[in-house]
Amino acid sequence: MTGTDVMPYSSTDDAAQHEVLQKTWAPRRGLFSWFFQIDHHSIGRRFLFTAFVWFGCGGILAALMRVQLAKPNNTFLSADRYNQIFTLHGITMMFLFGVPVMEALAVYVIPLMLGTRALAFPRANAYAYYLFLFAGLMVYGALFLDMAPDTGWFSYVPLASPAFAPGKRVDIWAELVNFTEISALIVAVEIVVTILKQRAPGMSIHRMPLYVWSMLVTALMIIFAMPSVMVASNFIGLDRLVGTHIFNPAEGGDVLLWQHLFWFFGHPEVYIIFIPGLGIVSSIVTVFCRRPVFGYTAMVLSLVATAFMGFGLWVHHMFATGLPQSGESFFTAASMMIAIPSGVQIFCWIATIWLGRPSYRPPFMFVLGFFAVFVIGGLSGVMVASVPLDIQLHDTFFVVAHLHYVLIGGAVFPLLGGIFYWFPKMTGRLMHEGLGHASFWLVFIGFNVTFFPMHKLGLSGMPRRVYTYLPETGWGALNLLATIGAGVLGLGMLLFFGNALWNMWRGRAAGADPWGGDTLEWATSSPPPHYNFLRLPVVSGREPLWHEPERAPVVAGLAADKREVLITHVFDAAPDHRYVYPSPSPWPFVAALATAAMLVGGLFTPWSFAIGLTVLAIFLTAWFWPSSPAKEGEESADSPKSGEAS
Amino acid sequence: MSSRATIDVSDLPDFAFGSRSIMWWATVWTIAIEGAVFAATIATYFYLQGNEKSWPPADTPLPGLFWPTVNVLVLLLSLLPNQIVKNAAERCDLRTVRIGMVVADLFAVAFVVVRVFEFHHLNVRWDSNAYGSITWTLLGFHTFHLVTDLADSIVLTVLMFSRHGHAPKRFVDVAENSFYWYFVVISWIPIYAVLYWSPRVL
Repeated sequence: MTGTDVMPYSSTDDAAQHEVLQKTWAPRRGLFSWFFQIDHHSIGRRFLFTAFVWFGCGGILAALMRVQLAKPNNTFLSADRYNQIFTLHGITMMFLFGVPVMEALAVYVIPLMLGTRALAFPRANAYAYYLFLFAGLMVYGALFLDMAPDTGWFSYVPLASPAFAPGKRVDIWAELVNFTEISALIVAVEIVVTILKQRAPGMSIHRMPLYVWSMLVTALMIIFAMPSVMVASNFIGLDRLVGTHIFNPAEGGDVLLWQHLFWFFGHPEVYIIFIPGLGIVSSIVTVFCRRPVFGYTAMVLSLVATAFMGFGLWVHHMFATGLPQSGESFFTAASMMIAIPSGVQIFCWIATIWLGRPSYRPPFMFVLGFFAVFVIGGLSGVMVASVPLDIQLHDTFFVVAHLHYVLIGGAVFPLLGGIFYWFPKMTGRLMHEGLGHASFWLVFIGFNVTFFPMHKLGLSGMPRRVYTYLPETGWGALNLLATIGAGVLGLGMLLFFGNALWNMWRGRAAGADPWGGDTLEWATSSPPPHYNFLRLPVVSGREPLWHEPERAPVVAGLAADKREVLITHVFDAAPDHRYVYPSPSPWPFVAALATAAMLVGGLFTPWSFAIGLTVLAIFLTAWFWPSSPAKEGEESADSPKSGEAS
Repeated sequence: MSSRATIDVSDLPDFAFGSRSIMWWATVWTIAIEGAVFAATIATYFYLQGNEKSWPPADTPLPGLFWPTVNVLVLLLSLLPNQIVKNAAERCDLRTVRIGMVVADLFAVAFVVVRVFEFHHLNVRWDSNAYGSITWTLLGFHTFHLVTDLADSIVLTVLMFSRHGHAPKRFVDVAENSFYWYFVVISWIPIYAVLYWSPRVL
């Protein structure tokens, strides 16, 4: 298979190849083409954009809460409105932003980084996107109808049981979980399959970029953690809709069971949100320190170890429920142990920076911000891992401070750095560096001024989720400070996204590789063509672009006149077979619409599922029915193998 | 930037079965997701059992054993046509695939029909007590997963009788569909044991 033909391709070859590939992979044109698109660039961009819109909505809700809490006895928001707002803020950030935004970035970046033409199962990817879009529309629509969930993002029973939460608010929470988790699970499967089977020849498992590793680990965690919360949300939905008693103690049900099912998902969820951030940090540190990350193997093992341990910690959210002491000790030990792999990674990055030549440009600044904020969040995490301290601090603002340090530090700082870093790849233009630095400092200072005082507020006993407090508590000054900080943080976010939106059209042209990147996404033009690479790259190291010979080695023989993708072996990424991917189709959109109608109908009657599934079956059949043998590359099984274009 | 070809893939096949194919891997992770759903539901079953002095709770009769046991036999027998279909698909033998799929689908239909009797002999309602709720829910989840796979298999069977049937891609789909059926069978055995034997034995 290794060719002896070393004749380089001429520019005429390249132009011919481009023309054929362009015809094959370009999206269709026309009025309704928006609903047909399935390529990972369009869907990835939409996914990212939508996730950031929900992020903005969640941010506005946070600002409303900060205004309400700025002074004691404030009457800006009513108690009921406040309950809906803090619940929706949590739901938005966890279900509509934290997980989806990381998957969205991966949908865009991973196929490029792996050197392949497409994401696996592109139609399912479009379906997952639309479900995610409808999820947010549903829950924000509910807010305007005064029907938004109001029982907290983890919606504990018995508060969420039919007896204590009449109306449809909790049912909307349960359906939202169904929407977002179906979407997240589908994307997770696509990401795992793409990473395992579509890497460029030569990118064996020990040469995978750390960002790819982090997304592989994240997607596997999603696959094993999210079913638990779907089971829980369906149980509560059944309890409320058809009168089952799973969480009803009067009939043998159990309320603590809810917390087990929820946190078996909820704790890994934290890692699902920040492990992609760790991958982004590795990408940025490598490029901006001009050297490979120190301790690649240790980094990979730490990621995997974090993922495994992440499934053994959930009970530390339940220390206040009076579990047996031996159980509490086990989960305390496990919770403290997770600091070890996290620490290993931090030290590896520090070693990388130490040994490299760091250049302090905006993406790298966000990474430095990540170090500071995430380490503080980790330290307060070790504090609340201890049972006696946790019982004192449970449900206080200390926990609010801790979780924001971990999630904003672990996920949002790297994400903003990552957006700044990959923005030129996605748009072909650069964001403004000066504004990037300014937005970093505003976000960093604003974040700390907002959340650091909350540690102190929690220690002095301020409970979370209260809509107001009395002046005698003495919490007024620090709350006002936090509100001022939130204003600065919001300003920083506006500046960051303003910078992005403005430069989408006005930015300086980036060229293929503005940062001197090491991974394959920088080997193609910015923004990438619909087919990603003129010819698939062949890889011979961990930083393929840094030790590339003068003439880049590529793959020949992949058909250009149909949507053919190279499938490789799981471990050594040796070429295995060619496979034709599906063409654009409106059915994922239609099927997602039907799914959404079914789930919303399910708020009112269980028959919605009977009717909905029948309709959905028809649409899915239309989706999977091949259009025509020629179009799909479905020659008869005995016909000779198809040739290639160039 | 100029490039040169170092690998030529034009001789490689344009489809593959088993762990070489992306369909197989997608099926594996779907199985992992569904397995996690069943695991969480079974964990709930035993968790709730801890709240009762007896299981099923007093005044609730045991679930009928006859129909679910019939279903175990139906599923075990279905493995035979299922394996024949899988082997035929991997040889691209369209005739055997068509006949075998019809037979395998009939087994699945039989299973669903027997499932109706099974529900009728649970001897408890879903809204009687937590035992009834989790019993109905666990059997319900399994039925849902079964019916969706049946619908999917019927569509695929029709597809194999259409002009689109004789394509390598379709044979991969058929082979992975048969692979998934193993999970349907293997997941039913522990659920059967939990629902019908654990209240009798434990």
